[in-house]
Amino acid sequence: MRRTLFEGLVRRPLTEVPPSPDDGALAELAASVERAARRRLGRSLAIREVDAGSCNGCELEIHALNNAFYDLERFGLRFVASPRHADVLIVTGPVTRNMREALERTYAATPDPKWVVAVGGCAADGGVFAGSYGVVGGVAAVVPVDLHIAGCPPTPIELLRGLLALLERGSQG
Amino acid sequence: MPSLLDIIPRGERVAGHRPWPRFVVTAQAWRHAAGEIGSGRATLLALWGDASAVPMVHLAMLEERSGEIAVISLACPDRKFPSVGAHAPPAIRPERAIQSLYGYEPVGGPDLRPWLDLGFWEVRHPLGARSKAPDAPPAYTFLPVEGESLHQIPVGPVHAGIIEPGHFRFTANGEAVVRLEQRLGYVHKGIESLMAGASIDQAAKLAARTSGDSTVAYGIAFAHAVDAALGIEAPPRARHLRALMAELERLANHFGDIGAICNDASFALMHAHCGVLREAVLRAAADSFGHRLMMDRVVPGGVATDLQRDGAGLIGDLLQQIRLQFPRLVELYDNTASLQDRTAATGIVSVELARQFGASGYVGRASGREFDARKTPGYAPYERLDFTVPVLTAGDVNARVWIRIREVEQSLALIEQILDRLPDGPIAVALEAGGGEGLGLAESFRGDVFAWVRLDGASVARCHLRDPSWFQWPLLEAAIEGNIVADFPLCNKSFNCSYSGHDL
Repeated sequence: MRRTLFEGLVRRPLTEVPPSPDDGALAELAASVERAARRRLGRSLAIREVDAGSCNGCELEIHALNNAFYDLERFGLRFVASPRHADVLIVTGPVTRNMREALERTYAATPDPKWVVAVGGCAADGGVFAGSYGVVGGVAAVVPVDLHIAGCPPTPIELLRGLLALLERGSQG
Repeated sequence: MPSLLDIIPRGERVAGHRPWPRFVVTAQAWRHAAGEIGSGRATLLALWGDASAVPMVHLAMLEERSGEIAVISLACPDRKFPSVGAHAPPAIRPERAIQSLYGYEPVGGPDLRPWLDLGFWEVRHPLGARSKAPDAPPAYTFLPVEGESLHQIPVGPVHAGIIEPGHFRFTANGEAVVRLEQRLGYVHKGIESLMAGASIDQAAKLAARTSGDSTVAYGIAFAHAVDAALGIEAPPRARHLRALMAELERLANHFGDIGAICNDASFALMHAHCGVLREAVLRAAADSFGHRLMMDRVVPGGVATDLQRDGAGLIGDLLQQIRLQFPRLVELYDNTASLQDRTAATGIVSVELARQFGASGYVGRASGREFDARKTPGYAPYERLDFTVPVLTAGDVNARVWIRIREVEQSLALIEQILDRLPDGPIAVALEAGGGEGLGLAESFRGDVFAWVRLDGASVARCHLRDPSWFQWPLLEAAIEGNIVADFPLCNKSFNCSYSGHDL
């Protein structure tokens, strides 16, 4: 263990250079974030992830944001265990009928001001699952959405771009 | 050893069901087969409903030593069938799902509560004779627990981590878990209803999104079923590329799991280093096949993407990196007594339970069940590749970690052999519209994925996908009994069952 820890000290970090915020995301956010008293929160956002019906692909890539390459916490963004501690809900999946109430209750439990980021193609419009008896549709069909991050699943870099846009736009608010 | 075909009373053989036979049988023969599964002479592979023509239930089973597979089907025009779960516990949840989705009643079933249907759908029996669901769904009753000083802890569907949703109802006596009962179905997307009538392309996309962590394995299982139904064979190069992707997927998931299990024992160092290896695999996958999870790369008839020109070199570099770094992580795991203190003798699954449930993957192999779909029944190109299937019998969290470690080593050897022997040639054959039924298996990192299709021209008439989690989730309920509540995350992660694959 000592050798592994020591090498961690002397080796160059694996962490990637931050990507520039997504332009499209900045435009989408312009309306939603400026209206809120975002300044109070500074440049730190607590994120609660909610799988509302995903295939788990998006979760894998959201997980990757915490690895040494993407290191989400360096931006002041971190995942929290309860919606009551969160500023941002990241919601994945087509919202299933079986998860609709749980998503609504999670949203209600998140204190204001709050933002919702819908991640993945399914979260936009239900994706390949649209039209099923078990699916309500995209996230916006259940709770208001401030930002969509596209992809099936979006790569960690695409996720970072979207979240940085939220942070940039938010701190100007 | 009697052959599987000897122990099930044969009925009328269905034409065009490949590669294993399907028989339409009488209720008496159906009950006999259920008894054979209950007594351990055959293993339940899948149990599902069908409303395409007449109401019907299908039962797929396996004879483990010979690797023989057979499907039996029972018409149930009165929407009732003799319960298999009454003889064989692994059939209980599939039967409850059949009742909720199709409205066919398993007569004599030990548990008739709904499954997957949580009371939020607008329709009842969405895959059978649909009717409007009642406005106020009946309350769900959890199993009773009696005794002194018990308390309940309801957890979920929304969990604390970045994970899928499901409900766990713990009953504890102080810190010790007396009973865990799962309630699943929250991510039920109705995939089987979307499959019905979908084009083969569209159906393959749905199969690839049944459980995102096993997208390659689902792609292979679905392709095996469709290829069999059409009587076609993917070209040798495609078979090798499918296996290459499957082994990369296994590596990525095993690295993720080994790290996450240690992290749930608060050993973050392992998590960080395994995370680096997982990311390295995903990047190599993206560079070689154009997608980090290799989604939609396996298609019926072959593969959709050939290996990028420098792919073999990139994957070779990846193997080298893993061979350099992983042994030290294994040593780290093996030499950290405080970590082993958490994983050893925690969450034990008995050899008997693993056998009874036909548990596959690391859950089965950590508890003495050797089954691996790559060996039995086996599929190309694995019969020509040299690898072993690790088996342990301790059945605890530690054993499930060690199985993953050994499987990582086997996957590295497999990838090397595949790259060495990668044949030239086409990567797909054209699909010709046709009828027929096909059954396919593929070994995901988690266990065997089962796929069954009935084709109607260029589209899918009916498709059933069975995730390995169906026969692992119930064992988690058994494994946690007597353990402390705080060890549940550790046990749960060592299983890493799929919610989406199960809920479908």
